[in-house]
Amino acid sequence: MAVTDHGVDHARREYAKPPIKIFKNLSSKIAAIPMILTATVIFIGCSGWTIVHSFTNSKLLPKLDFVGFDQYERLWSSRRWLISVENLFIYGLCSLVFTLVIGFLLAALLDRKIRFENTFRTIFLYPFALSFVVTGLVWQWILNPEFGVQSIVRGLGWESFTFDPLYNSDIVIYGILIAGLWQGTGLIMCIMLAGLRGIDEDIWKATKVDGIGTVKTYLVVIIPMMKPVFVTALVLIASGIVKVYDLVVAQTSGGPGISSEVPAKYVYDTLFGRQNLGQGFAASTMMLVMVVIILIPYVYLQFGGKKDQ
Amino acid sequence: MTRVSHLTTADAQLQGPKGPKPKRAFSGANLFIYGTLIVMSLYYLLPLWVMIVTSLKDMAEVRMGNIFSPPAEITFQPWVKAWSEACTGINCDGLSRGFWNSVRILIPSVLLSITVASVSGYGLSMWKFKGSEVFFNILLLGAFIPYQIMLYPIVIILRELGLMGSLGGLVLVHMIFGMPINTLLFRNYFSSIPQELFKAARVDGAGFWAIFFKIMLPMSLPIFVVSMIIQVTGIWNDFLFGVVYTKPAIYPMTVQLNNIVNSVQGVKEYNVNMAATLLTGLVPLVIYFISGKLFVRGIAAGAVKG
Repeated sequence: MAVTDHGVDHARREYAKPPIKIFKNLSSKIAAIPMILTATVIFIGCSGWTIVHSFTNSKLLPKLDFVGFDQYERLWSSRRWLISVENLFIYGLCSLVFTLVIGFLLAALLDRKIRFENTFRTIFLYPFALSFVVTGLVWQWILNPEFGVQSIVRGLGWESFTFDPLYNSDIVIYGILIAGLWQGTGLIMCIMLAGLRGIDEDIWKATKVDGIGTVKTYLVVIIPMMKPVFVTALVLIASGIVKVYDLVVAQTSGGPGISSEVPAKYVYDTLFGRQNLGQGFAASTMMLVMVVIILIPYVYLQFGGKKDQ
Repeated sequence: MTRVSHLTTADAQLQGPKGPKPKRAFSGANLFIYGTLIVMSLYYLLPLWVMIVTSLKDMAEVRMGNIFSPPAEITFQPWVKAWSEACTGINCDGLSRGFWNSVRILIPSVLLSITVASVSGYGLSMWKFKGSEVFFNILLLGAFIPYQIMLYPIVIILRELGLMGSLGGLVLVHMIFGMPINTLLFRNYFSSIPQELFKAARVDGAGFWAIFFKIMLPMSLPIFVVSMIIQVTGIWNDFLFGVVYTKPAIYPMTVQLNNIVNSVQGVKEYNVNMAATLLTGLVPLVIYFISGKLFVRGIAAGAVKG
């Protein structure tokens, strides 16, 4: 069928415009079907579906009974959601700053032509290979006030020492942060190290000739040169932060009380635990909005930048 | 005249000595560098150490002692218990069930996602058609969309396909969400292969599949390994998809681990919990330590786009 169609088209070409080129490069198009389906049905379709349904009052089952922004109003007046967003904000800001600083510091140290570079790099990066569940459970154990860090420091003679982040709702999010940093900094270190290795050796020689100190060279010359690497790292950390879920589930299950809830957990719990679909859809749409805000500068740099070249 | 000579000396200085930097072992800077690195290493190694020592103690010693101290008497009982006796709900057959579930999820997921991603990446690099780049860019941006927004519609799709709560459904989900990064990886790799090779094969009459199987595949073993590392660790460590798209009988290891450790009933057996945690982390750790540089290359490829 396809072949005959094609033959006929060929014959007509002299006086008609070339018809649909769907059969040209056919194998390639067939091979691209999974990619096209993923991009359209899943990424666009499913996200769109959820956004549309976030304006309905779906409860147990999704239905198209539109109620405007009701779900969003309810969402932003829910204490649990507000705590989730606040936690995400604190966690995100600290995680961003510390990951960038520690990641860059470690990379810079490793780049100082030291011995055992591979050993150190292996040590800093191995947590990244682990599951968030594993990370959360280990740190849950280390931060356990009865047996962990607190009891050891007390055992050393400092009886009033208190460090129980996982049982204190005011600082629980920092307990999660310690675990998150442990897992995530190695990746950023690796990216930074690749960036540092890409910097021309002559820059270092030039600053040496000019008598600029090492630290100043990093701050004034190297870091500005590594702007694209920092942007990549920033986007990577930020999009990871919004998705934080398993770490919290494993380490605190959102507790004590609801003090370490995060948006991703709110979505899961409302969708599958409390079966309040409309709320879950509204909350996940808000998560998408957060990511879009983060992504705008990145997309601008990546795609807007290319046009200039 | 003086200016010129000044320039030449500066030039000579810029060239610098060609040999290796002379090493002074005990300079202040070195002390700072190694000191910081060693202190940081302790922070990174501590949890692994705590996991290992706790899992080798019996409960009496865990209650008595310091979580950082090595076991006075080594026992493997917690490992045995974690593997074959630990309870989740009514099932008391240990983590082994989760382990085998994860293996049964892992193998088809990795094979399917790599197959699909390699073919897509190959098509995108050598057989571009109108619109192919558009779909590819959507795919890449899709990697940043929070999974939460797609969770429920995918439940509906899987239900329609009759795959909800089954291994097949989870495999499909892993294939979908592994696609952006792996397609990118393969596309970039195939793009770096000289076009002449492709053109020569075309002249000889080879088509889409012939070129893929006979020319590209044999050349791209390293990228397959990198992609496999990404997928194996990613799928093994997944928690969210496992908990949403499967049912308790086929929960992957991470979900079962969480259920064992965070279950509210019974006395907390910290040594068994740590043994279970370590068991779950073992597979990605082994892959990490064996693959070394390739693992780094994989994450670098994933991180630094284009």
